[in-house]
Amino acid sequence: MTLRDAIRDNMWPRLLPVLALLAILPVWELVCRLFGIPDYVLPAPTSIFNAFLNVDMQRWMGHLWATLRVALMGFALAIIISLPLAILMVRSVFLTRTLFPFLVVIQSTPIVAVAPLIIVILGAGDAPRTVIACLISFFPIVVATTTGMLATPREMLELSRSLKASASREIWQIRLPYAVPHIFSGLKVAITLAIIGAVIAEFVAAEKGLGYFVQFSTSYFRIPQAFAALFFLSAVSLVLFKAVQVVQKTFFGWSLPAEDER
Amino acid sequence: MNPDVEFIGVGHSYRSKNKPPVQALQDINLHLAHNEFVAVVGPSGCGKSTLLRLLSGLVSPTEGEVRMFGQPVTAPGGEVGIVFQKPTLLPWLSVFDNVLFPLRHQGRVIGRQDRDRARALLETVGLAEFINSQPDELSGGMQQRVGIARALLLDPDILIMDEPFSALDALSREQMGFELLRIWSERPKTVLFITHSISEAVLLADRVLVMSPRPAQIIDTIDIDLPRPRTPTTIDLPEFNTCTQRIRQHIFGPLQQASGLTAVPSHRTPVCQAS
Ligand SMILES: Nc1ncnc2c1ncn2[C@@H]1O[C@H](COP(=O)(O)OP(=O)(O)O)[C@@H](O)[C@H]1O
Ligand SMILES: [Mg+2]
Repeated sequence: MTLRDAIRDNMWPRLLPVLALLAILPVWELVCRLFGIPDYVLPAPTSIFNAFLNVDMQRWMGHLWATLRVALMGFALAIIISLPLAILMVRSVFLTRTLFPFLVVIQSTPIVAVAPLIIVILGAGDAPRTVIACLISFFPIVVATTTGMLATPREMLELSRSLKASASREIWQIRLPYAVPHIFSGLKVAITLAIIGAVIAEFVAAEKGLGYFVQFSTSYFRIPQAFAALFFLSAVSLVLFKAVQVVQKTFFGWSLPAEDER
Repeated sequence: MNPDVEFIGVGHSYRSKNKPPVQALQDINLHLAHNEFVAVVGPSGCGKSTLLRLLSGLVSPTEGEVRMFGQPVTAPGGEVGIVFQKPTLLPWLSVFDNVLFPLRHQGRVIGRQDRDRARALLETVGLAEFINSQPDELSGGMQQRVGIARALLLDPDILIMDEPFSALDALSREQMGFELLRIWSERPKTVLFITHSISEAVLLADRVLVMSPRPAQIIDTIDIDLPRPRTPTTIDLPEFNTCTQRIRQHIFGPLQQASGLTAVPSHRTPVCQAS
């Protein structure tokens, strides 16, 4: 592949969102200045950027690490719980019938309402926040994994049975790998939800973290600073989402449709 | 010599909840002699794949008995190789690992001679250079060859093929048929070959079983005495036409046969067209 091909095939699609942002920023700036919109209504990009620079990097990193840590631990916990749960549900209709309603109830209960309770029960520290991030993100993984495993084509299962393979080999060597594309769809949704979970937890009780910093800045009317924290948060989500994609592409490249890396 | 496979008064109906049972097969009696190549033709949905599932032990007959080497078949025994209609390769494994999959899936340790065997099989099906490719890099016909190599890995006594070439284009289909005959002559096996193409059945098999629509019964058994090895010129022999005509009469009825063109099946293979 020549450099020109690389630019044409790879760079363009990646640059598009950046270009879109670069196009919006001057318009945004102009609107704010022309109409004299005050900072506490909608801060201009430049004042957000200045607010960002006014907080020193070490403090940003402190907040970033607090949120990232909780989100990643919650996400990891969600994976650790979801995959075995999905496997159990695929193996037993009885278990699916018993467990699934509970999972739906957990999923549909607004986590914002439950978060204070969890924090009261589990006390201060990372533990309750991790649980909140996990609770909000495990459902898509369970559903995606179960769906994928149940969608395994009949012939593949007949191949397995004709070889007299054990049920566990059928799961590990056929159903689970077959579900990989589904699992990654679930993981992509879950990672962004884990960040949201971490932020919700910080809103309830925290003294650090990007979510906490948004709230803190707002309560002191430092709106540009709140916006800066918000943008930082979005960037973190985007990077984590991308990281899941990179993991899929690196280790499970076959699970991506050819010539398409969405 | 005792036949390798016997179906004695076999019937099968699929039972599912809230639905009337579907009688797929009725009173099937057949036998496959050692290293015989038997083709089964019948309209779609008549129960041909059910025949495959019965023989491999994936489903149990609701009437009668299926025997393999004199023993009743009650569960998969691991001694049949199956080639499915779709290649059914595992996309997360390389071509080589797909061929080795039956061993791995049985939890056996894969040794040097297994690898050598897999390599030799890939050579037999003409895919030696694609050993490290991923399945989605191969054409449909090449994928189906990998499926054949995989079915042969455990050196099964019995090979069951369920419309293995029906997804292929006309040219590769004919080529694959002769390829299969070559492999079969190199490694003789008892073959049950399911197809809905009359000419394909006649071209490949020693014997053709014709099935009726559902609930399927065997309505005729035709011995094909065409000389082997079969070649593309086999279809020019008058006996070839006699055989295909006879099968057509069963499927389309003698009246339509008399009226000429209507007797030509909708799924003609190139073999038919050439004749
Ligand atoms: N698992 C199943 N449950 C219910 N009916 C089935 C099942 N599998 C096949 N059948 C029915 O049995 C009949 C024969 O199927 P099959 O053996 O697949 O036919 P063929 O391979 O000749 O096209 C069809 O009418 C089909 O709908
Ligand atoms: Mg079928």
